[in-house]
Amino acid sequence: MNDGVYVQLLDLACGALLLTGVLVLWRRELAVIIRVFAAQGVALAALVAVLAAHENSPELWIVAVGLLILRAGVLPLLLARALAAAGPARRETRPLVNVASSLLAAAVLALLAYAVSRPLVALSPSPATQAIPVGITVVLIGFFVLVTRRRALSQLVGFLLMDNGITTVGFLTTSSVGLIVELGVSLDVLLAVLVLRILTARIQESFGDADLDELRELHD
Amino acid sequence: MSALGVVGGVLQPVLIVSFSPVLLGVMRQVRAHLEGRAGAGIAQPWRDLRKLFGKEAITPRGTTEVFRIAPLVLIGTTAVVAVVAPFVTTDSALGSVADLFAVVALLALGTVALALAGLDTATAFGGMGASREMTIIALVEPTLLVAIFALSVRVGSTNLADIVSSTLRDPARTISPVSLLAAVALVVVVVAETGRLPVDNPSTHLELTMVHEAMVLEYAGPDLALVELASAMRLTVFLGLLANLFLPWGIATELTPGALLVGVVALMVKVGLLGMVLAAGEVFMAKLRLFRVPELLAGSFLLALLAVAASFFLA
Repeated sequence: MNDGVYVQLLDLACGALLLTGVLVLWRRELAVIIRVFAAQGVALAALVAVLAAHENSPELWIVAVGLLILRAGVLPLLLARALAAAGPARRETRPLVNVASSLLAAAVLALLAYAVSRPLVALSPSPATQAIPVGITVVLIGFFVLVTRRRALSQLVGFLLMDNGITTVGFLTTSSVGLIVELGVSLDVLLAVLVLRILTARIQESFGDADLDELRELHD
Repeated sequence: MSALGVVGGVLQPVLIVSFSPVLLGVMRQVRAHLEGRAGAGIAQPWRDLRKLFGKEAITPRGTTEVFRIAPLVLIGTTAVVAVVAPFVTTDSALGSVADLFAVVALLALGTVALALAGLDTATAFGGMGASREMTIIALVEPTLLVAIFALSVRVGSTNLADIVSSTLRDPARTISPVSLLAAVALVVVVVAETGRLPVDNPSTHLELTMVHEAMVLEYAGPDLALVELASAMRLTVFLGLLANLFLPWGIATELTPGALLVGVVALMVKVGLLGMVLAAGEVFMAKLRLFRVPELLAGSFLLALLAVAASFFLA
């Protein structure tokens, strides 16, 4: 693959990551958010695949396929099933901050990400490291979703968004984290989602709602 | 000022004035077809305009000059943009006016004039429409500026003609994330600015949902015809800008009859296709609640800002 095409594809995958991150913040319906999250998984896998093709490394290709299965297949499926179990009344997120302000906050977060990642980029400027701000923006947006959403399921999406961002930064900085490390991280994430899903279902059963704001007081 | 620019400056306004009502007719026809209606035909907007121009000019009692001048300002600013922006030729008749900031300011001036006219009538609907339009334009203008600015960063010039010719020289640029983010942002603001669904419904006169129609409610006769023609021209101008900023192929770069013909046909095909897609999309969309519109526009502003950021950091 020649350099021009490589840079174009890399930038395109990063653009898709950024766009899906913003869309998670933008949309209210949980079903749509889960689909957008799956699209972000595809973008992340595509990013790793582009890196793999550039470096000619079979290990990275395996990681890309694994990421595609986990982040665009298994995790969205688990989330969708948790959503279906929650019932029709809980289809929409209820953000603490309204959508227009949270989008403007995301703009500030993006600028912050660009500001803080400049020293990192300066260490070894290359097309891959120049895209680090995109990964950090996704991490920050994920954290923002995590702290401003009330429903357990949307907080879970925020957590996964953060993880997507961390993975992106990892691959962009080192080009390969190593198969074992990536496998360990992926299994960790899968386990966390499974545990959180069961926890959400239990909260739902005990309190009739997964709104974490209402869990401040102790009940009998 | 070059010969090509002068020819473009004459050709473009003629083309846009004569074909923008036809574009409106085509869009209504597409919509009617998809909804299973027969439709009034693509020449209906021109027939409406002819009828309105033939009527006697009347203005409501108590209105001032602001009300009478607004349609002229609206159509005048749009016509200037039609002359200078790169639609058929890459050269501009007045090079310095084809600047991004000048073009956006001219288009905003027309909107503000119309909003003032809406206030001038002192009716409830006029004021309501003007207030809504100001809410929308306060978010649309920065997005428009920032989205086109993202494209101008790599070119190093805010001249629209320069942006178009540089995209023509380097076609790979159109699939970069900068272009994609800016394109999405620009599509949203074009839809909002021209008063189409889901921001405003152009075919309704239902009081609670109107934005643009509420402002022009008191106009009649030739004044109304001017406002309608200007609205159609604005739609064409915005779609033409959208088409040529992202897909400039076909635009005339040299002064030969063949190149000019290709430029004219390319513009008509691109704008026509965009209009048809817009009209087809509208069939499947419901109007957004007014309080959700700022959300949509804030989102598109964010995308435009990310496009600018990406043009600095990913390049």
